[in-house]
Amino acid sequence: MSSTIAVVGASLAGLSAARALRDQSYDGRIVVIGDEVHAPYDRPPLSKEFLAGTASPEDIALGAPDDEDLGLEWRLQTTAVGLDHLSRTVLLHDGTEVRADGVVLATGARARRLPGSEGLDGVHVLRSLDDAIALREDLAAAGRLVVIGAGFIGAEVAATARKLGLEVTVVETQPVPLAGPLGADMGAVCAGLHADHGTRLLTGTGVARLLGTGRVEAVELTDGTRLPADVVVVGIGATPNIEWLAHSGVALGNGVLTDARGATNTPGVVAVGDCAAAWSATAERHVRIEHWTNALEQPATAVATLLGAGGPVPTPVPYFWSDQYGARIQFAGSRREGDVARVVEGSCDDRSFLVVYERDGQPVAVLGMNQPRLFTRWRRQLRAAVPTAS
Amino acid sequence: MIPVCPTTALPPGEATRVEADEPIAVFNVDGEFYAIDDTCTHQDASLADGWLDGCTVECPLHASCFDLRTGKVSGPPAKTPVRTHQVVVQDGMVYVQAGTTADGIA
Repeated sequence: MSSTIAVVGASLAGLSAARALRDQSYDGRIVVIGDEVHAPYDRPPLSKEFLAGTASPEDIALGAPDDEDLGLEWRLQTTAVGLDHLSRTVLLHDGTEVRADGVVLATGARARRLPGSEGLDGVHVLRSLDDAIALREDLAAAGRLVVIGAGFIGAEVAATARKLGLEVTVVETQPVPLAGPLGADMGAVCAGLHADHGTRLLTGTGVARLLGTGRVEAVELTDGTRLPADVVVVGIGATPNIEWLAHSGVALGNGVLTDARGATNTPGVVAVGDCAAAWSATAERHVRIEHWTNALEQPATAVATLLGAGGPVPTPVPYFWSDQYGARIQFAGSRREGDVARVVEGSCDDRSFLVVYERDGQPVAVLGMNQPRLFTRWRRQLRAAVPTAS
Repeated sequence: MIPVCPTTALPPGEATRVEADEPIAVFNVDGEFYAIDDTCTHQDASLADGWLDGCTVECPLHASCFDLRTGKVSGPPAKTPVRTHQVVVQDGMVYVQAGTTADGIA
Protein backbone atom coordinates (compact mmCIF):
# COMPACT_ATOMS: atom_id res chain seq x y z
CA MET A 1 0.00 0.00 0.00
CA SER A 2 1.32 3.43 -0.85
CA SER A 3 2.11 5.83 1.95
CA THR A 4 0.07 8.83 3.09
CA ILE A 5 1.13 12.27 4.24
CA ALA A 6 -1.44 14.43 6.01
CA VAL A 7 -1.07 18.19 5.73
CA VAL A 8 -3.10 19.82 8.48
CA GLY A 9 -3.87 23.37 7.40
CA ALA A 10 -4.93 24.54 3.94
CA SER A 11 -3.51 28.03 3.68
CA LEU A 12 -0.22 29.24 2.20
CA ALA A 13 2.02 27.05 4.38
CA GLY A 14 -0.10 23.92 3.87
CA LEU A 15 -0.40 24.38 0.12
CA SER A 16 3.32 25.14 -0.13
CA ALA A 17 4.05 21.94 1.79
CA ALA A 18 1.88 19.90 -0.56
CA ARG A 19 3.59 21.43 -3.59
CA ALA A 20 7.01 20.85 -2.04
CA LEU A 21 6.19 17.18 -1.42
CA ARG A 22 5.49 16.63 -5.13
CA ASP A 23 8.42 18.81 -6.07
CA GLN A 24 10.62 16.52 -3.97
CA SER A 25 9.25 13.47 -5.77
CA TYR A 26 6.91 12.18 -3.10
CA ASP A 27 4.38 10.11 -5.05
CA GLY A 28 2.19 8.79 -2.24
CA ARG A 29 -1.19 10.05 -1.11
CA ILE A 30 -1.42 13.62 0.18
CA VAL A 31 -4.45 14.61 2.25
CA VAL A 32 -4.84 18.33 2.91
CA ILE A 33 -7.13 19.13 5.84
CA GLY A 34 -8.49 22.66 6.25
CA ASP A 35 -11.17 24.02 8.58
CA GLU A 36 -12.38 26.78 6.25
CA VAL A 37 -14.93 26.26 3.50
CA HIS A 38 -12.69 28.05 0.98
CA ALA A 39 -9.89 26.58 -1.08
CA PRO A 40 -6.51 28.17 -0.21
CA TYR A 41 -6.42 31.93 -0.69
CA ASP A 42 -3.95 34.71 -0.17
CA ARG A 43 -4.46 36.62 3.08
CA PRO A 44 -2.46 39.84 2.58
CA PRO A 45 -5.01 41.38 0.15
CA LEU A 46 -7.79 40.91 2.72
CA SER A 47 -6.89 44.19 4.45
CA LYS A 48 -6.14 45.97 1.19
CA GLU A 49 -7.49 45.22 -2.30
CA PHE A 50 -10.13 42.76 -1.17
CA LEU A 51 -11.42 45.05 1.59
CA ALA A 52 -11.44 47.96 -0.84
CA GLY A 53 -13.53 45.90 -3.24
CA THR A 54 -10.98 45.90 -6.05
CA ALA A 55 -10.06 42.21 -5.75
CA SER A 56 -12.48 39.28 -5.86
CA PRO A 57 -12.17 35.90 -4.14
CA GLU A 58 -11.03 34.51 -7.52
CA ASP A 59 -8.28 37.14 -7.68
CA ILE A 60 -6.84 36.06 -4.36
CA ALA A 61 -7.14 32.29 -4.84
CA LEU A 62 -3.75 30.65 -4.26
CA GLY A 63 -4.38 27.61 -6.40
CA ALA A 64 -2.62 27.58 -9.78
CA PRO A 65 -3.68 25.59 -12.85
CA ASP A 66 -0.68 23.29 -12.35
CA ASP A 67 -1.95 22.36 -8.89
CA GLU A 68 -4.50 20.05 -10.57
CA ASP A 69 -1.58 17.76 -11.35
CA LEU A 70 -0.57 17.49 -7.71
CA GLY A 71 -3.31 14.95 -7.08
CA LEU A 72 -4.19 16.29 -3.65
CA GLU A 73 -7.03 14.89 -1.61
CA TRP A 74 -8.81 17.87 -0.07
CA ARG A 75 -10.68 17.69 3.22
CA LEU A 76 -12.01 21.23 3.55
CA GLN A 77 -14.50 22.37 6.22
CA THR A 78 -12.82 19.80 8.38
CA THR A 79 -11.23 20.65 11.71
CA ALA A 80 -8.42 18.57 13.15
CA VAL A 81 -9.13 17.99 16.83
CA GLY A 82 -6.31 15.70 17.85
CA LEU A 83 -3.20 13.80 16.84
CA ASP A 84 -2.20 10.34 17.98
CA HIS A 85 1.56 10.55 17.68
CA LEU A 86 2.20 6.83 17.95
CA SER A 87 0.08 5.92 14.96
CA ARG A 88 0.39 9.36 13.37
CA THR A 89 -3.37 9.56 13.09
CA VAL A 90 -5.10 12.89 12.71
CA LEU A 91 -8.47 12.95 14.45
CA LEU A 92 -11.17 15.06 12.81
CA HIS A 93 -14.16 16.90 14.26
CA ASP A 94 -16.65 14.63 12.51
CA GLY A 95 -15.26 11.56 14.24
CA THR A 96 -13.34 10.31 11.23
CA GLU A 97 -9.56 10.13 11.11
CA VAL A 98 -6.67 10.19 8.69
CA ARG A 99 -3.93 7.68 9.41
CA ALA A 100 -0.67 8.89 7.91
CA ASP A 101 2.99 7.99 7.61
CA GLY A 102 3.97 11.63 7.90
CA VAL A 103 2.19 14.73 9.18
CA VAL A 104 2.79 18.38 8.32
CA LEU A 105 1.35 20.73 10.93
CA ALA A 106 0.33 23.99 9.23
CA THR A 107 -2.67 25.16 11.23
CA GLY A 108 -1.62 28.80 11.30
CA ALA A 109 -2.72 31.37 13.82
CA ARG A 110 -5.92 33.18 14.68
CA ALA A 111 -6.58 36.82 15.46
CA ARG A 112 -6.62 37.75 19.11
CA ARG A 113 -9.94 39.14 20.25
CA LEU A 114 -10.67 41.82 22.77
CA PRO A 115 -12.02 40.31 25.97
CA GLY A 116 -15.58 41.44 26.48
CA SER A 117 -16.27 42.05 22.79
CA GLU A 118 -18.11 38.77 22.31
CA GLY A 119 -21.64 39.06 21.03
CA LEU A 120 -21.35 42.75 20.14
CA ASP A 121 -22.17 43.45 16.49
CA GLY A 122 -19.87 45.73 14.56
CA VAL A 123 -16.71 44.46 16.27
CA HIS A 124 -14.39 42.68 13.88
CA VAL A 125 -11.06 40.94 13.63
CA LEU A 126 -9.43 40.33 10.25
CA ARG A 127 -7.77 37.06 9.51
CA SER A 128 -9.97 35.00 7.20
CA LEU A 129 -11.83 35.61 3.97
CA ASP A 130 -15.11 35.40 5.87
CA ASP A 131 -13.81 38.02 8.34
CA ALA A 132 -13.00 40.30 5.40
CA ILE A 133 -16.40 39.79 3.75
CA ALA A 134 -18.18 40.63 7.01
CA LEU A 135 -16.00 43.70 7.63
CA ARG A 136 -16.43 44.93 4.08
CA GLU A 137 -20.21 44.74 4.40
CA ASP A 138 -20.14 46.58 7.69
CA LEU A 139 -17.79 49.32 6.45
CA ALA A 140 -20.07 49.99 3.48
CA ALA A 141 -22.80 51.20 5.83
CA ALA A 142 -20.56 52.91 8.39
CA GLY A 143 -19.29 56.45 8.91
CA ARG A 144 -16.90 56.09 11.84
CA LEU A 145 -14.31 53.37 12.31
CA VAL A 146 -12.15 52.85 15.38
CA VAL A 147 -9.16 50.55 14.90
CA ILE A 148 -7.67 49.08 18.06
CA GLY A 149 -3.97 48.40 17.51
CA ALA A 150 -1.68 50.34 15.15
CA GLY A 151 0.27 47.32 13.90
CA PHE A 152 0.41 46.48 10.23
CA ILE A 153 -3.07 44.96 9.98
CA GLY A 154 -4.61 47.87 11.88
CA ALA A 155 -2.76 50.42 9.78
CA GLU A 156 -3.77 48.74 6.52
CA VAL A 157 -7.42 48.53 7.53
CA ALA A 158 -7.31 52.20 8.56
CA ALA A 159 -5.80 53.15 5.21
CA THR A 160 -8.38 51.17 3.24
CA ALA A 161 -11.25 52.61 5.29
CA ARG A 162 -9.97 56.16 4.69
CA LYS A 163 -9.97 55.41 0.98
CA LEU A 164 -13.57 54.26 1.33
CA GLY A 165 -14.39 57.64 2.89
CA LEU A 166 -14.74 56.71 6.54
CA GLU A 167 -13.68 58.81 9.49
CA VAL A 168 -10.96 56.72 11.13
CA THR A 169 -9.34 56.74 14.56
CA VAL A 170 -6.53 54.34 15.45
CA VAL A 171 -5.83 53.58 19.11
CA GLU A 172 -2.49 52.16 20.21
CA THR A 173 -1.38 51.30 23.75
CA GLN A 174 2.32 51.72 22.98
CA PRO A 175 3.73 55.26 22.85
CA VAL A 176 5.01 54.61 19.30
CA PRO A 177 3.39 52.19 16.85
CA LEU A 178 5.55 49.50 15.22
CA ALA A 179 8.44 50.24 17.59
CA GLY A 180 8.92 46.48 18.08
CA PRO A 181 9.72 45.56 14.49
CA LEU A 182 11.04 48.92 13.23
CA GLY A 183 12.40 50.75 16.27
CA ALA A 184 10.85 53.89 17.74
CA ASP A 185 12.28 56.35 15.20
CA MET A 186 11.17 54.47 12.11
CA GLY A 187 7.93 53.34 13.76
CA ALA A 188 7.09 57.01 14.21
CA VAL A 189 7.92 57.76 10.58
CA CYS A 190 5.65 54.97 9.30
CA ALA A 191 2.89 55.95 11.73
CA GLY A 192 3.15 59.46 10.30
CA LEU A 193 1.28 58.15 7.26
CA HIS A 194 -1.90 58.21 9.33
CA ALA A 195 -1.77 61.95 9.90
CA ASP A 196 -0.76 62.53 6.26
CA HIS A 197 -4.03 60.98 5.21
CA GLY A 198 -6.42 62.35 7.79
CA THR A 199 -6.54 59.39 10.16
CA ARG A 200 -6.48 60.26 13.84
CA LEU A 201 -3.85 58.29 15.77
CA LEU A 202 -4.05 58.10 19.56
CA THR A 203 -0.99 56.50 21.17
CA GLY A 204 -0.09 55.51 24.70
CA THR A 205 -3.69 54.83 25.57
CA GLY A 206 -5.47 51.58 26.27
CA VAL A 207 -9.02 50.52 25.68
CA ALA A 208 -11.14 50.27 28.82
CA ARG A 209 -14.25 48.80 27.24
CA LEU A 210 -16.58 48.76 24.31
CA LEU A 211 -19.94 50.44 24.75
CA GLY A 212 -23.22 49.54 23.10
CA THR A 213 -26.21 47.30 23.39
CA GLY A 214 -26.36 44.58 20.77
CA ARG A 215 -24.19 46.69 18.51
CA VAL A 216 -21.06 48.66 19.32
CA GLU A 217 -21.60 52.39 19.73
CA ALA A 218 -18.34 53.66 21.18
CA VAL A 219 -14.91 52.73 22.45
CA GLU A 220 -14.03 53.94 25.92
CA LEU A 221 -10.34 54.53 26.52
CA THR A 222 -8.50 54.10 29.80
CA ASP A 223 -8.32 57.89 30.20
CA GLY A 224 -12.10 58.06 29.98
CA THR A 225 -12.31 59.36 26.42
CA ARG A 226 -15.24 57.99 24.45
CA LEU A 227 -14.77 57.49 20.74
CA PRO A 228 -18.06 57.04 18.89
CA ALA A 229 -17.83 54.11 16.49
CA ASP A 230 -20.09 52.41 13.95
CA VAL A 231 -17.49 49.72 13.41
CA VAL A 232 -14.51 48.58 15.49
CA VAL A 233 -11.62 46.52 14.16
CA VAL A 234 -9.38 44.78 16.67
CA GLY A 235 -5.84 44.24 15.37
CA ILE A 236 -3.86 43.16 18.41
CA GLY A 237 -1.92 40.21 17.12
CA ALA A 238 -2.42 36.51 16.62
CA THR A 239 -2.30 33.28 18.60
CA PRO A 240 -1.00 30.02 17.11
CA ASN A 241 -3.61 27.29 16.55
CA ILE A 242 -2.00 24.58 18.62
CA GLU A 243 -4.52 23.76 21.35
CA TRP A 244 -5.68 20.72 19.38
CA LEU A 245 -2.21 19.22 19.91
CA ALA A 246 -2.31 19.61 23.70
CA HIS A 247 -2.38 15.88 24.42
CA SER A 248 -0.54 14.71 21.33
CA GLY A 249 2.92 14.51 22.85
CA VAL A 250 4.17 17.09 20.34
CA ALA A 251 6.25 19.68 22.21
CA LEU A 252 4.55 23.06 22.34
CA GLY A 253 5.61 26.53 23.41
CA ASN A 254 4.63 29.72 21.67
CA GLY A 255 3.82 27.48 18.72
CA VAL A 256 4.80 23.94 17.77
CA LEU A 257 8.46 23.68 18.72
CA THR A 258 10.71 22.49 15.92
CA ASP A 259 14.40 22.38 15.14
CA ALA A 260 15.83 24.59 12.41
CA ARG A 261 14.73 22.04 9.79
CA GLY A 262 11.10 21.87 10.88
CA ALA A 263 11.26 18.58 12.83
CA THR A 264 9.16 18.36 15.98
CA ASN A 265 10.05 16.13 18.91
CA THR A 266 7.78 13.51 17.33
CA PRO A 267 9.19 11.33 14.53
CA GLY A 268 7.34 11.80 11.25
CA VAL A 269 5.76 15.10 12.31
CA VAL A 270 6.98 18.48 11.08
CA ALA A 271 5.52 21.96 11.51
CA VAL A 272 5.54 25.02 9.26
CA GLY A 273 4.20 28.54 8.96
CA ASP A 274 2.48 30.67 11.59
CA CYS A 275 1.87 27.77 13.98
CA ALA A 276 5.53 26.73 14.13
CA ALA A 277 8.24 28.09 16.40
CA ALA A 278 11.48 26.99 14.78
CA TRP A 279 14.85 27.00 16.47
CA SER A 280 16.95 29.93 15.34
CA ALA A 281 20.69 29.58 15.80
CA THR A 282 21.19 33.33 15.44
CA ALA A 283 18.52 34.25 17.99
CA GLU A 284 19.39 31.22 20.16
CA ARG A 285 15.75 30.52 20.84
CA HIS A 286 12.60 29.26 19.13
CA VAL A 287 11.13 31.94 16.90
CA ARG A 288 7.60 31.92 15.56
CA ILE A 289 7.41 34.01 12.40
CA GLU A 290 4.04 35.14 11.06
CA HIS A 291 5.33 36.46 7.76
CA TRP A 292 3.85 35.45 4.45
CA THR A 293 7.27 34.75 2.93
CA ASN A 294 8.08 32.35 5.75
CA ALA A 295 4.89 30.38 5.08
CA LEU A 296 5.85 30.23 1.42
CA GLU A 297 9.48 29.18 1.80
CA GLN A 298 9.77 27.23 5.05
CA PRO A 299 7.75 24.16 3.96
CA ALA A 300 10.37 23.06 1.40
CA THR A 301 12.88 22.47 4.20
CA ALA A 302 10.38 20.82 6.54
CA VAL A 303 9.14 18.52 3.81
CA ALA A 304 12.73 17.51 2.98
CA THR A 305 13.14 16.67 6.67
CA LEU A 306 9.96 14.60 6.61
CA LEU A 307 11.17 12.70 3.54
CA GLY A 308 14.50 12.01 5.22
CA ALA A 309 16.62 14.25 3.03
CA GLY A 310 19.53 16.20 4.47
CA GLY A 311 21.04 19.35 3.11
CA PRO A 312 22.07 22.63 4.64
CA VAL A 313 19.90 24.38 7.18
CA PRO A 314 18.58 27.52 5.59
CA THR A 315 19.03 30.74 7.52
CA PRO A 316 16.39 32.86 5.86
CA VAL A 317 16.35 36.62 6.17
CA PRO A 318 12.87 37.48 7.48
CA TYR A 319 10.95 39.70 5.08
CA PHE A 320 7.61 41.45 5.25
CA TRP A 321 5.86 44.28 3.53
CA SER A 322 2.88 46.51 4.12
CA ASP A 323 0.89 48.70 1.75
CA GLN A 324 -0.79 51.67 3.42
CA TYR A 325 -2.20 54.85 1.92
CA GLY A 326 -0.46 54.10 -1.37
CA ALA A 327 2.93 53.77 0.34
CA ARG A 328 4.86 50.52 0.06
CA ILE A 329 6.78 49.62 3.20
CA GLN A 330 9.26 46.73 3.01
CA PHE A 331 11.44 45.33 5.76
CA ALA A 332 14.04 42.55 5.76
CA GLY A 333 16.40 41.26 8.39
CA SER A 334 16.39 41.13 12.17
CA ARG A 335 16.46 44.33 14.16
CA ARG A 336 17.36 44.49 17.83
CA GLU A 337 17.22 47.27 20.36
CA GLY A 338 20.43 49.25 20.03
CA ASP A 339 20.85 48.80 16.27
CA VAL A 340 21.53 52.10 14.56
CA ALA A 341 19.15 53.17 11.79
CA ARG A 342 20.79 55.20 9.03
CA VAL A 343 19.01 56.76 6.06
CA VAL A 344 21.03 55.82 2.98
CA GLU A 345 18.64 57.09 0.31
CA GLY A 346 15.80 59.59 0.10
CA SER A 347 14.24 61.22 3.12
CA CYS A 348 11.67 60.27 5.71
CA ASP A 349 9.81 63.55 5.17
CA ASP A 350 9.31 62.69 1.50
CA ARG A 351 7.94 59.23 2.43
CA SER A 352 10.51 57.75 0.06
CA PHE A 353 13.61 56.38 1.73
CA LEU A 354 15.82 53.45 2.45
CA VAL A 355 17.07 52.89 5.97
CA VAL A 356 19.78 50.41 6.91
CA TYR A 357 20.01 49.13 10.48
CA GLU A 358 23.56 48.50 11.59
CA ARG A 359 25.03 46.54 14.47
CA ASP A 360 28.75 46.91 15.13
CA GLY A 361 28.99 48.63 11.76
CA GLN A 362 27.44 45.68 9.89
CA PRO A 363 24.05 45.89 8.14
CA VAL A 364 21.54 43.57 9.84
CA ALA A 365 18.22 44.85 8.52
CA VAL A 366 16.81 47.17 5.92
CA LEU A 367 13.61 49.20 5.71
CA GLY A 368 12.30 50.82 2.57
CA MET A 369 9.36 53.08 1.90
CA ASN A 370 8.52 53.45 -1.80
CA GLN A 371 12.01 52.23 -2.74
CA PRO A 372 11.38 48.72 -4.11
CA ARG A 373 14.37 48.54 -6.42
CA LEU A 374 16.97 49.65 -3.93
CA PHE A 375 15.27 47.62 -1.21
CA THR A 376 15.54 44.44 -3.30
CA ARG A 377 19.27 44.98 -3.72
CA TRP A 378 19.79 45.44 -0.01
CA ARG A 379 17.61 42.47 0.82
CA ARG A 380 19.72 40.35 -1.53
CA GLN A 381 22.87 41.62 0.07
CA LEU A 382 21.58 40.67 3.52
CA ARG A 383 20.70 37.21 2.25
CA ALA A 384 24.19 36.77 0.86
CA ALA A 385 25.75 38.00 4.09
CA VAL A 386 24.00 35.51 6.35
CA PRO A 387 26.18 32.41 6.77
CA THR A 388 24.53 29.05 6.16
CA ALA A 389 24.91 26.73 9.13
CA SER A 390 25.69 23.15 8.28
CA MET B 1 8.62 50.82 -32.15
CA ILE B 2 9.14 52.46 -28.80
CA PRO B 3 12.63 53.86 -28.20
CA VAL B 4 13.95 52.71 -24.83
CA CYS B 5 17.47 54.10 -24.37
CA PRO B 6 20.97 53.87 -25.81
CA THR B 7 22.50 50.43 -25.23
CA THR B 8 25.18 52.11 -23.09
CA ALA B 9 22.49 53.32 -20.69
CA LEU B 10 21.36 49.77 -19.96
CA PRO B 11 24.43 47.77 -18.92
CA PRO B 12 24.31 44.01 -18.19
CA GLY B 13 22.28 43.17 -15.10
CA GLU B 14 20.22 46.34 -15.36
CA ALA B 15 16.57 46.93 -16.18
CA THR B 16 14.44 49.89 -17.15
CA ARG B 17 10.75 50.59 -17.48
CA VAL B 18 9.14 52.13 -20.55
CA GLU B 19 5.65 53.54 -20.67
CA ALA B 20 3.30 51.95 -23.19
CA ASP B 21 -0.38 51.03 -23.02
CA GLU B 22 0.84 48.56 -20.46
CA PRO B 23 4.28 49.46 -19.04
CA ILE B 24 7.11 47.28 -20.33
CA ALA B 25 10.29 46.23 -18.52
CA VAL B 26 13.47 45.87 -20.58
CA PHE B 27 16.42 43.87 -19.26
CA ASN B 28 20.03 43.41 -20.30
CA VAL B 29 21.23 39.86 -19.58
CA ASP B 30 24.93 39.70 -20.45
CA GLY B 31 24.42 41.76 -23.58
CA GLU B 32 21.11 40.16 -24.63
CA PHE B 33 18.05 42.37 -24.30
CA TYR B 34 14.65 41.07 -23.20
CA ALA B 35 11.30 42.82 -22.75
CA ILE B 36 8.28 41.68 -20.76
CA ASP B 37 5.21 43.31 -19.23
CA ASP B 38 6.41 45.37 -16.30
CA THR B 39 3.54 44.67 -13.93
CA CYS B 40 3.70 41.41 -12.00
CA THR B 41 0.67 39.22 -12.71
CA HIS B 42 0.34 38.40 -9.01
CA GLN B 43 -0.05 41.81 -7.40
CA ASP B 44 0.85 45.34 -8.32
CA ALA B 45 4.64 45.62 -8.48
CA SER B 46 7.12 46.70 -11.15
CA LEU B 47 9.30 43.86 -12.44
CA ALA B 48 11.88 46.40 -13.64
CA ASP B 49 12.51 46.95 -9.93
CA GLY B 50 13.04 43.22 -9.46
CA TRP B 51 16.15 41.12 -9.07
CA LEU B 52 17.75 39.75 -12.20
CA ASP B 53 19.37 36.34 -11.98
CA GLY B 54 20.36 34.94 -15.35
CA CYS B 55 17.24 34.93 -17.51
CA THR B 56 14.98 35.07 -14.47
CA VAL B 57 13.53 38.15 -12.86
CA GLU B 58 12.27 37.98 -9.30
CA CYS B 59 9.41 40.31 -8.38
CA PRO B 60 10.50 42.86 -5.76
CA LEU B 61 7.34 42.38 -3.71
CA HIS B 62 6.61 38.66 -3.37
CA ALA B 63 9.49 37.00 -5.21
CA SER B 64 7.42 35.51 -8.04
CA CYS B 65 9.87 34.53 -10.77
CA PHE B 66 9.42 34.91 -14.52
CA ASP B 67 11.53 33.62 -17.39
CA LEU B 68 12.46 36.62 -19.52
CA ARG B 69 12.64 34.49 -22.66
CA THR B 70 9.14 33.04 -22.43
CA GLY B 71 7.33 35.14 -19.84
CA LYS B 72 6.43 31.94 -18.02
CA VAL B 73 6.18 31.74 -14.26
CA SER B 74 9.25 29.97 -12.89
CA GLY B 75 8.44 30.54 -9.23
CA PRO B 76 5.24 31.18 -7.21
CA PRO B 77 3.08 32.92 -6.09
CA ALA B 78 2.29 34.28 -9.59
CA LYS B 79 0.03 31.95 -11.58
CA THR B 80 -0.19 33.60 -14.99
CA PRO B 81 2.69 34.43 -17.35
CA VAL B 82 3.68 37.92 -18.43
CA ARG B 83 3.70 38.83 -22.13
CA THR B 84 7.05 39.10 -23.83
CA HIS B 85 7.86 41.79 -26.38
CA GLN B 86 10.35 41.90 -29.21
CA VAL B 87 13.48 43.97 -28.65
CA VAL B 88 15.35 45.56 -31.56
CA VAL B 89 18.81 47.10 -31.26
CA GLN B 90 19.60 49.59 -34.01
CA ASP B 91 22.49 52.05 -34.25
CA GLY B 92 23.25 51.73 -30.54
CA MET B 93 19.63 52.27 -29.50
CA VAL B 94 17.30 49.80 -27.81
CA TYR B 95 13.69 49.67 -29.06
CA VAL B 96 10.73 47.50 -28.11
CA GLN B 97 7.95 46.42 -30.38
CA ALA B 98 5.02 46.41 -27.96
CA GLY B 99 2.41 43.73 -28.47
CA THR B 100 4.69 41.29 -30.24
CA THR B 101 6.14 38.25 -28.60
CA ALA B 102 9.88 37.87 -28.47
CA ASP B 103 9.78 35.37 -31.31
CA GLY B 104 7.84 37.81 -33.47
CA ILE B 105 4.38 36.29 -33.10
CA ALA B 106 1.78 38.83 -32.07
